[in-house]
Amino acid sequence: MNLLRQAYLLLCKDLLLELRRRDSLLTMFFFGTLLLFVFHFAFDLPPDKIGELAPALLWLAFLFTGTLGLAQLFQAERDNHCLDALLLSPLDRGALFLAKTGFNFILMFLVELVVIPLFWILFNLPAWNLIPQLFLVTLLGTLGFCVLGTITAAITLRARGRELLLPLVLFPLMIPVILATIRCMETVLKTGGVADAMGWLRMLIGFDVIFITIGVLIFDSVIES
Amino acid sequence: MAQSTNALKKSKGILGALALLAVAVGLWWSLLVAPPDAYQGEVQRIMYLHLPSILTAYLSYFLVFIASGMYLWKREPKDDLLAHAAAELGVLFTALTIIEGSIWGKPTWGVWWTWDARLTFTAVLLLIYAGYLVLRASIDDQQRAASAAAILGIIGFLDIPLIHMSVYWWRTLHQPPSILRPDKKPWENVHPAMLTALTISFVGFLLLYFYLLSLRYRLGEMRQEIKALRLERGI
Repeated sequence: MNLLRQAYLLLCKDLLLELRRRDSLLTMFFFGTLLLFVFHFAFDLPPDKIGELAPALLWLAFLFTGTLGLAQLFQAERDNHCLDALLLSPLDRGALFLAKTGFNFILMFLVELVVIPLFWILFNLPAWNLIPQLFLVTLLGTLGFCVLGTITAAITLRARGRELLLPLVLFPLMIPVILATIRCMETVLKTGGVADAMGWLRMLIGFDVIFITIGVLIFDSVIES
Repeated sequence: MAQSTNALKKSKGILGALALLAVAVGLWWSLLVAPPDAYQGEVQRIMYLHLPSILTAYLSYFLVFIASGMYLWKREPKDDLLAHAAAELGVLFTALTIIEGSIWGKPTWGVWWTWDARLTFTAVLLLIYAGYLVLRASIDDQQRAASAAAILGIIGFLDIPLIHMSVYWWRTLHQPPSILRPDKKPWENVHPAMLTALTISFVGFLLLYFYLLSLRYRLGEMRQEIKALRLERGI
């Protein structure tokens, strides 16, 4: 399992860098929280209405914070030509893809870990017992987002105005994930389980599997110097 | 060399003339020969442009996918030129489809736009490939632009079935297909003159498409030649 071992080492490197500098995580966390406040001012709604909007609002917040993270994803590699050095080393490019996807996934996971309960507190939502299920669905969606996000971040790496270009290219491709995740979360909030949204859940898992596979296979061409 | 260019120019001219002829005959047939629709009346004649436009756009995106795959495999600039030309035409024909659809939708549904599955799906296609064109335009290095675009051409195309499925589960209002339906053969459900009009129109659109594609491809080639000449002369 050379691929996974390499991916693990690269992931450790990224996590260590993040631990020392803490720029991505803190920005994403504050941005996510800020969005909750903006939503609160924008939709001045009673708790039962906000409960219906919760999946959509949460996902908007995750999309925006995730995009913020993606824009920073290859920053360390861009500085000082570290990418060239990485590409010179005998690494499987698929491992680089897995590591970057994993890194962004962990960042978003940490942000979601705070933002979802915060959403419940700020908007006085009652259904605390459903949070674990919601979280599971969110994680599947987040994985899909990070997978395609990593590929798009890599292909927009050398583009002018890449921070603007990234969501422009990524969001239309994310529509299956956005729809599936929000429908699943709505079903969880309504019925207490995902049994009624199995089709959406399967699509979400299918999306993750398909694009992880494609990413590992294709990343060689994506990241060439 | 000069002779082959001339022959190429000639065959392109013939293709263009054929396209013009087929589109004209198609228009004549669909506006004058085919009967008006039993329910929708004259408005339905937009279908003779609407359906060929979107089918041509689909063909174009498939071509982008194939050419992108070929480029990543062989790294030949001509595949990239083809992918670029096809993507641009795909966006053009998708935009046409949406405009025609709006004009058709207003009198039949009462609205220019509605968030129905097929409309949404078509709009998403437009967004994806418009993004493709913007991505190309914002990378200066030719080779990098080509490989980035090829990746997007591939993942975009592979994402299409998923987008299609998800927006269809989400909602459907668009009239079900009356030509390409599984339970009936086309000629059992549709007036033969309508089918003829549609076929001619589709052939016309295909010819027009390939004519435009050859022009756009040549334009890309010429741009590269100019760039090469500039490099050679140092200007």
